[in-house]
Amino acid sequence: MSSIFLAIIIGAAFGAVLDRVGATSPNYIGKMLNLTNLHLAKAILLAIGVGSVLMFGGQMAGLVDVGHMSVKTAYMGVFIGGLLLGVGWAASGYCPGTGIAAAASGRRDALVYAAGGLVGAAAYMVTYPMWKNAGILSGEALTLGAVPGAKYDALLPGVSGDLVGILVGIALILGAFTVPDRIISKPTTAPAE
Amino acid sequence: MILNWKLGGLALGLTFFAAVLLVKPIGVSTQFVILDGILWNAVDPDVVTQNTDGAYTSTNAYLAKSGGKYAKSVASPLNYSFVFVLAMMLGAFASSFLRKGVPSNEKIMPAIWRTNYGDSTAKRFAVAFASGFAVLYGARLAGGCTSGHMMSGMMQTAISGYIFAAGAFAAAVPTALLMFRKEA
Repeated sequence: MSSIFLAIIIGAAFGAVLDRVGATSPNYIGKMLNLTNLHLAKAILLAIGVGSVLMFGGQMAGLVDVGHMSVKTAYMGVFIGGLLLGVGWAASGYCPGTGIAAAASGRRDALVYAAGGLVGAAAYMVTYPMWKNAGILSGEALTLGAVPGAKYDALLPGVSGDLVGILVGIALILGAFTVPDRIISKPTTAPAE
Repeated sequence: MILNWKLGGLALGLTFFAAVLLVKPIGVSTQFVILDGILWNAVDPDVVTQNTDGAYTSTNAYLAKSGGKYAKSVASPLNYSFVFVLAMMLGAFASSFLRKGVPSNEKIMPAIWRTNYGDSTAKRFAVAFASGFAVLYGARLAGGCTSGHMMSGMMQTAISGYIFAAGAFAAAVPTALLMFRKEA
């Protein structure tokens, strides 16, 4: 029962923060992806960096249970699926989590998106054997360095996974402060031809 | 009004950390499959079944994979991951309500869409539906989405997270550059 309680608390916090950081708005997603306003990219880089430093730091200090880590398998389908997701993400301005959060916040097009998502997931359930037989779903769950106590292999087995995690986290935080507010400059009033 | 990126990013990072500290990393897209399974099983109760040894399985190969863990979630939806997503919707609703909701001119389509493609609801909804299809099909093929792979994965220095992020941005940035040329 306590896990349901935690699901409610952490889930509600996640939904509320996604909304407050602007991730439930397709305008912010669209402007991040067309490189005209990187507010969200900076927030996400900072968030992943902060999460990384706290998690790996906590694991080194013995305060965070390494068994809570859940590293997904790397295989060819991860990249292909990422490409497919990227197209729909950009066109709609929604990813799975922010899409349903946006629908809950009152966006009707997000509700339509979620319906499309249910059909897409169902289509995958039916076509899953095809991908499996194609052999692109098998691989290994790897972390960058070797994390003591974790059940995953490392890409760089000789390197401390905890230290690498903290360093990568710091790099992401610095990245958040370094990325410019926009990359594509504002169009002039009379578009140059 | 949204939080500035420093405050918003810090709050988001603390949420990721709380999740992995207390339970496990955040993920969302699997729950689309679980809801599909619940609906499917409601129409045809033979889809998810329990063996005599108590293990769950399914006539659908995807629900039955990995020892029937998805089949089990379909059979008992009151589990952490499914409730997490329902609570996420509640949190987003509450946050939106407290900031007076989504403006009326944003409810049907966002400004960035309207500026580039006009007012047609049908056009926006058609693209939203097709996008939802592509995103969830892709997320299931990849084994996770922006939350599970990109955020939680990169937080844990998972190689799969970097591969996913590379694929997602390699497609998303050119698509957005082509589709949204006019600024809202």
